[in-house]
Amino acid sequence: MTGEAILELRQVTKQYVMGDVTLNALKDVNLALYRNEYAAFIGPSGSGKTTLMNIVGCLDKPTSGEYILNSTPVAEQDDNALARIRNREIGFVFQNFNLLGRANALHNVMQPLIYRGVPLGERKRMATEALQNVGLGDRLHHLPNQLSGGQRQRVAIARALVGKPSILLADEPTGNLDSSTSSDVMTMFDALHRAGHTIIIVTHDQNIANHCRRVIRMMDGQILSDTATAGKEENLEALRRV
Amino acid sequence: MYNLVESLRSALQAIRAHALRSFLTTLGIIIAVTAVIAVVSLIQGFRHSVTTTFATMGANSLTIQSDETQEDYLAGKVVKVTPDDMRVIQHDVFGISNITPILTLADFGSGAIQYGDQTAYAGIYGTTSSHAENTSFYPVMGRYITPSDDLDHRRVAVIGQTLITDLNLPKNPLGQYLEMYGQWFKIIGVLKKLGSIGGQDQDDRIYIPYGTAHSLLGASTVPNVAINLNVNNLQNLDSVVGRITEVLRRQHHLKPGQHNDFLVQTPEQTLGTFNKVLNSITLILGGIVGISLLVGGIGIMNIMLVSVTERTREIGICKSLGARRRDILMQFLIEAVILSLIGGVIGLLLGYGIGVLVAHLVPQFLGAHVPWWAVVLAFGFAAGVGMLFGIAPAAKAASLSPIDALRYE
Repeated sequence: MTGEAILELRQVTKQYVMGDVTLNALKDVNLALYRNEYAAFIGPSGSGKTTLMNIVGCLDKPTSGEYILNSTPVAEQDDNALARIRNREIGFVFQNFNLLGRANALHNVMQPLIYRGVPLGERKRMATEALQNVGLGDRLHHLPNQLSGGQRQRVAIARALVGKPSILLADEPTGNLDSSTSSDVMTMFDALHRAGHTIIIVTHDQNIANHCRRVIRMMDGQILSDTATAGKEENLEALRRV
Repeated sequence: MYNLVESLRSALQAIRAHALRSFLTTLGIIIAVTAVIAVVSLIQGFRHSVTTTFATMGANSLTIQSDETQEDYLAGKVVKVTPDDMRVIQHDVFGISNITPILTLADFGSGAIQYGDQTAYAGIYGTTSSHAENTSFYPVMGRYITPSDDLDHRRVAVIGQTLITDLNLPKNPLGQYLEMYGQWFKIIGVLKKLGSIGGQDQDDRIYIPYGTAHSLLGASTVPNVAINLNVNNLQNLDSVVGRITEVLRRQHHLKPGQHNDFLVQTPEQTLGTFNKVLNSITLILGGIVGISLLVGGIGIMNIMLVSVTERTREIGICKSLGARRRDILMQFLIEAVILSLIGGVIGLLLGYGIGVLVAHLVPQFLGAHVPWWAVVLAFGFAAGVGMLFGIAPAAKAASLSPIDALRYE
């Protein structure tokens, strides 16, 4: 953990007002993440991990506190600036894949590049490459409903990575997958980490968190513990070879 | 510009994905544009045929007739153009020829004519031999009215071709006798077929000698006639009209400031009046059709709003991938405009098709004609409607928060 933090949260609080009740989804959270970290936000539902992910992913703004992403303060940016940051700095992978149902794999992966203004030919080349990297080079023109769950999630990962973001943000990426597909997807995250990507995984599943090198445990909108772990990938690799 | 192309592509994709619904959405626009184009094409075709017919009547012919205003009528003033007026014009105005009186005994379809036990109704007019040259209504069979027919008040008639069928006359009706106003008239000629102008049959008429017509009215009455004449040199048209006006004002003892109680009309003027009427009809029908276009637009807005709700998740995904407000706004706006334009194209083809079909079924219209401005107007209106009614749904889509949109089930 050397060098400047890729993202830093200072005293971040997020409140939701529901009628007369004010709910603290996050309360004075301080957190710094560095390049090539492999972190898990873990906690039960209502612990604030999803809110934290939304703020880190610039989908939402904190009620108070500071958020610095790549040395840029994000909290006071307008919607268009946030859209630009999401486009360039963040790659999302969602539990339910969130692919565009009408578009084939290639077009799904090309979509974020449209908002960046990449010309069509270049866009096609980049998207094809990204899909080849996740092993779907022969599924470019399949629609999402013609793909298996694991393949869909790999399309989503290709889409998240195609723009070369600073952070890969995965929200329960294996939540809709069976166990063997889950482990395939997690193996892919492990490999991406080794390749130098910065990854945050939001999960309630300890087994998933065990893949990560840093586990941030959340409870009631606060960080309960923040521990470095060995990571499970070596063990798994060993198991696979048996 | 670049994003525009992308929005266009994605809009087409969305429209194709819901082909049936897209079609139903544009149905309102389709019907509206179809109606516009069909109506306009028929009216324009009608105008076209009338203009052509007028053109053959000769630009150098003038018509003078009485013009009774509302005030004249209420004041009980009798407004007439008389044979005396005609004689004065003939004497005092130079550069004219074929001066012809036309005495209307019965207007279109109102004069009863009998042959055997058949009765028909037609226009009955008294006129002189120069009428044929004046209007180029020449007989195809027999002869026209001669000066001696007129002088001797002969009871002869030149008939239009419709009457041959209406009265069951023999194919060659020359020498047959017709009964009108209790008198027997010998058929001496059959006019060439004129067809119809704007649905008005032009062959449904009878000409008898002017003198005969006058005596039928009673020799002591002063008839109100229309006067046809030709201007020898078209360049003098304005001065001839001016001179006639001068002569008639003097003849009718009109003081300066009093309005003319007669009209001097050129075929262009008659055509102008006709065009004015047609333009008003076009406007009124266009207005009614415009309302239906508005209804079509509301249909589009309705479906687009549903579509936004349905695609909330898709909007959320695009926002998470970095779509800005205006990316989403453009996508939905362009989708609405394209839907409208597709409706416009289909409506245009359909409308023209209906116009052509009606023109074939009703031969008087002589063909449908779609002017370029109607096409531009229909397209512009369709696009405008799409834009106008696309704004609300597009704004709704663009303003969705990404988290809420992503969470939407």
